[in-house]
Amino acid sequence: MLQKTPLADLHVALGAKLVDFAGWAMPVNYGSQIQEHHAVRKACGIFDVSHMTIVDVSGAQAQIYLRYLLANDVAKLSRSGQALYSAMLNERGGVVDDLIVYCNADEYRVVVNSGTREKDLAWMQKIAANFDVTLAERDDLAMLAIQGPDALALAAQVLDEDLSQLKRFYGQKIVGEGSETYVGRTGYTGEDGVEIMVANALAEKVWRRCNELGAKSCGLGARDTLRLEAGMNLYGHEMNDAVSPLVANMAWTIDWSERDFVGKAALEGEKAAGVKEKLVGLVLESRGVMREGYVVLAREGGLEEGRLREGDCGEGVITSGSFSPTLDCSIALARVPVSFETEAQVVMRGKKHPVKIVKPCFVRNGKAVK
Amino acid sequence: MSEVRSELKYLSSHEWARLEDNGLVSIGITDHAQAALGDVVYVELPELGSTVTALEEAGVVESVKAASDIYAPVSGEVVAINELLEEAPETVNNSPYDDGWFFKVAPNNEDELDDAMDADQYKAAIEDS
Repeated sequence: MLQKTPLADLHVALGAKLVDFAGWAMPVNYGSQIQEHHAVRKACGIFDVSHMTIVDVSGAQAQIYLRYLLANDVAKLSRSGQALYSAMLNERGGVVDDLIVYCNADEYRVVVNSGTREKDLAWMQKIAANFDVTLAERDDLAMLAIQGPDALALAAQVLDEDLSQLKRFYGQKIVGEGSETYVGRTGYTGEDGVEIMVANALAEKVWRRCNELGAKSCGLGARDTLRLEAGMNLYGHEMNDAVSPLVANMAWTIDWSERDFVGKAALEGEKAAGVKEKLVGLVLESRGVMREGYVVLAREGGLEEGRLREGDCGEGVITSGSFSPTLDCSIALARVPVSFETEAQVVMRGKKHPVKIVKPCFVRNGKAVK
Repeated sequence: MSEVRSELKYLSSHEWARLEDNGLVSIGITDHAQAALGDVVYVELPELGSTVTALEEAGVVESVKAASDIYAPVSGEVVAINELLEEAPETVNNSPYDDGWFFKVAPNNEDELDDAMDADQYKAAIEDS
């Protein structure tokens, strides 16, 4: 029996095709995922992300706990709602999950993935045993992502709240009607927008109002192509328990300052030994679609072929691949040997196709990244 | 509910075939197939003038989600390909049985179509799946 978000019946009424996503019945699209994708790049789309797990962290040692639990440092955060993207690592330096943490006065709100919910909660509880903290899962809240160039203005109208002072990667509380709503200017599309955490009972009202004001209902299909164009990692694809953040384009999220954190020693060891792989973007210039699992080879006769270091397997792998509706060609994220520079080949259906290697960020704010 | 047209023949791999008045056989993928694939972004068709063999691969259709081989319902020479699909692959989603046809074959033996499913059989097949 699949779990349902408070919006499941509405999705069906809106014509969504529901699929099993990590044990949840979630809308993959409401017709055309490409049209939904374009709506977010050009105007505004709304996504149900209520399957994600919200955990409030409070208590006298909340900050000390999170500084140890997370590879990024929450001490950097302003206490007025500032948010941070971080990895949560295991002792071996593998990624237990990636998450966003918001800092509100003395309390923190952590949003982790749904497919990793149980192991995340178990890990967070285990580490919490040594700290004076309280973890509270907030399954009383639904989560809606409103994304696109028109999203902020639309959300302000729907919530009847002035969001003009809400900076990017900050959140703010809205108190009203006996319930508390939380709005973060965050997202997973490469566009401006917000993520709204609202009481389950109010979710449908908010969604319908967004639709009335022009936000297009969008499913997980568009969410995936949008995040891929934005070069954002998806847990279980670009990284997992056995993959280090250093080979997943997450080195920028590691705060190496003096404090200790779970996995730090393993990452330091990895750095000292030399990081052997990197996460890159691939652009296919011929027709076809690159898919997860396809092999990436050094360019035929390219420099890289003679420069492989001992221990390099000489090939990489696509971790996420699809068609980019904005660029009208196939793009992918791939983990490849660090020696790969500007060109490579992808084996698609038995044939080698030349691809360009680019920074893992293809589209931002509606525009192709050159 | 997916549309299944009574005048067409079907393969279990979700291609349809239509015997035209001029003796050619038009081939495409079904409404059920396009819905399952999602947005089609790329169609690789057989070359004009090439020969296809019944129940063997004749092309590829790629959607945002997956790549899927296209099988020929009959053997024969490819005498027309739908060039519209290069510029507008979404036609496969919007009009799977009409504007979204893939290619036309001059069949060596149109009786091969007798081995394909009729509409009722195909309907039953997709209801079971």
